[in-house]
Amino acid sequence: MLCDVCNKNPATVHLTEIIDNQMNELHLCEECARQKSSQMEQQFGLNDLLAGLMEFEKQTKEKDPLLEALKCPACGLTYTDFRKIGRLGCGDCYTTFKKYLGPLLKKIHGSCMHFGKSPINLEKKPLPKKKSTPNMDELREKLAKAVQDEAFEEAARLRDQIKELEKKEQQNGTDKDKQA
Amino acid sequence: MKLNDLLNHGSEWLKGTGPNSDIVISSRVRLARNLDKVAFPHWANKKQCEQVLKIIEEKKAGSEYLKNATLFKLAELDAVDKQFLVERHLMSLEHAQKSDSRAVIIDDEEIISIMVNEEDHIRCQVMQSGFNLFEAYNIINKIDDALSKDLPFAFSREWGYLTACPTNTGTGMRGSVMLHLPVLVMTRQIDRILAAIAKLSFTTRGLYGEGTQASGNLFQISNQLSMGHSEEEIIDKINGLIRQIIEQESQARELMLSRNRAVLEDRIDRSFGILKSAHIISSQETIELLSMVRLGCDLGMIKDISRRSVNELFIITQPAHLQKIENKKLSSEERDAKRAETIRNKLKAANGR
Repeated sequence: MLCDVCNKNPATVHLTEIIDNQMNELHLCEECARQKSSQMEQQFGLNDLLAGLMEFEKQTKEKDPLLEALKCPACGLTYTDFRKIGRLGCGDCYTTFKKYLGPLLKKIHGSCMHFGKSPINLEKKPLPKKKSTPNMDELREKLAKAVQDEAFEEAARLRDQIKELEKKEQQNGTDKDKQA
Repeated sequence: MKLNDLLNHGSEWLKGTGPNSDIVISSRVRLARNLDKVAFPHWANKKQCEQVLKIIEEKKAGSEYLKNATLFKLAELDAVDKQFLVERHLMSLEHAQKSDSRAVIIDDEEIISIMVNEEDHIRCQVMQSGFNLFEAYNIINKIDDALSKDLPFAFSREWGYLTACPTNTGTGMRGSVMLHLPVLVMTRQIDRILAAIAKLSFTTRGLYGEGTQASGNLFQISNQLSMGHSEEEIIDKINGLIRQIIEQESQARELMLSRNRAVLEDRIDRSFGILKSAHIISSQETIELLSMVRLGCDLGMIKDISRRSVNELFIITQPAHLQKIENKKLSSEERDAKRAETIRNKLKAANGR
């Protein structure tokens, strides 16, 4: 069987394409398959992401005139570039496009708060000290509210406090176990 | 280590050992990391990319986890070499498609691999055979900690690790488990299960990752969300889901054995027979038939061949592996003949009932 595209080389890759509910079988040689697959990958990744972005823009109703002109001072990527390629340009882009990325991240992940590990060399910012020991339930409630209000800096601080408290409680627990 | 040395020892993930290794082929965790204040690879110029490569090369030399690892620059590998690494799951297809300033670091047990300048500056992965995600995470966590001691990563307290694509932001982690589910496919239960997996925000892919169709009843299941939960929580969730799928496949196998044993034996023995006697065979047919032989081993219907040998056949019958073994370029007709010969030799010692 010869390749459907070039009609020269033997077809060794067999693809099934679904476009508008029409199933199409393609028999390709290696060379043409490679081209086809990179095309498909680009299409898929971008459309997927763009669809999410578009929806988000509809929600905000008005088009932000500042948005088009927004450009990352560190790497020069514009918001238009981001929409086109679906990738950020550098870590600083996250600060530049913060206002727009927050809702997008929430859309993708269902949350826009990081609960995972941190780099070892990260400077630990001292946590604000409270007079009385913070109460876990209280903190959790505040955190939920902060997330809802999209006050993320505040939420990050609260999350760290909760973590700290959990650690302490765990330690106390094991100490007690030891005594018992 | 030279690239060709890989041919002489088996990959960790093909060992066929570890928990639930009758159904789970392997577990894999990957972390995406970027250097702070440096443009991501797709947006950086050549000089910046070269610099990243240099920094990581230096870092590798001083790392206790990577002292038995080798760095291969993609610019110095030919197309077959690159395809060979993709077939061994040591790097992505996407990585193989460009060469400039790209590299892959591979440790000699093929447990750790690090892609440099793929979509992110650093894509580190750890593989384990069997159902062993936590172990894979423990290893990669240590490597990541060691790297982050003096490499400044792009990180925000609010959003976690910052990646080129917002779908990876947060933990930058993807945990995936490769499952062999022949009886769920045979009994047509798989579509229902895959639909449920998608609803729970997990992704299913084929043997070769993104964009590949499932073949040989092999499914790679991984988390889609990387933010909003800690690494441990994400792994916990994947584990919970995988446990259920394992349970379903086990039950399906038992049911099939007790009610439709003849159908099962027929499919396994026919597949075994074809593989033992074919002289020309495509890689697609090979994968489908090998899946049945693998099942035959798991159920004790095919004897005197190890799970590991069968696992390895899935990989050494791939195009680049055949060409590396022969040490020359082969046309697809030549490959089909060589593939059949390789399989016949490997299965010679094995016995049906």
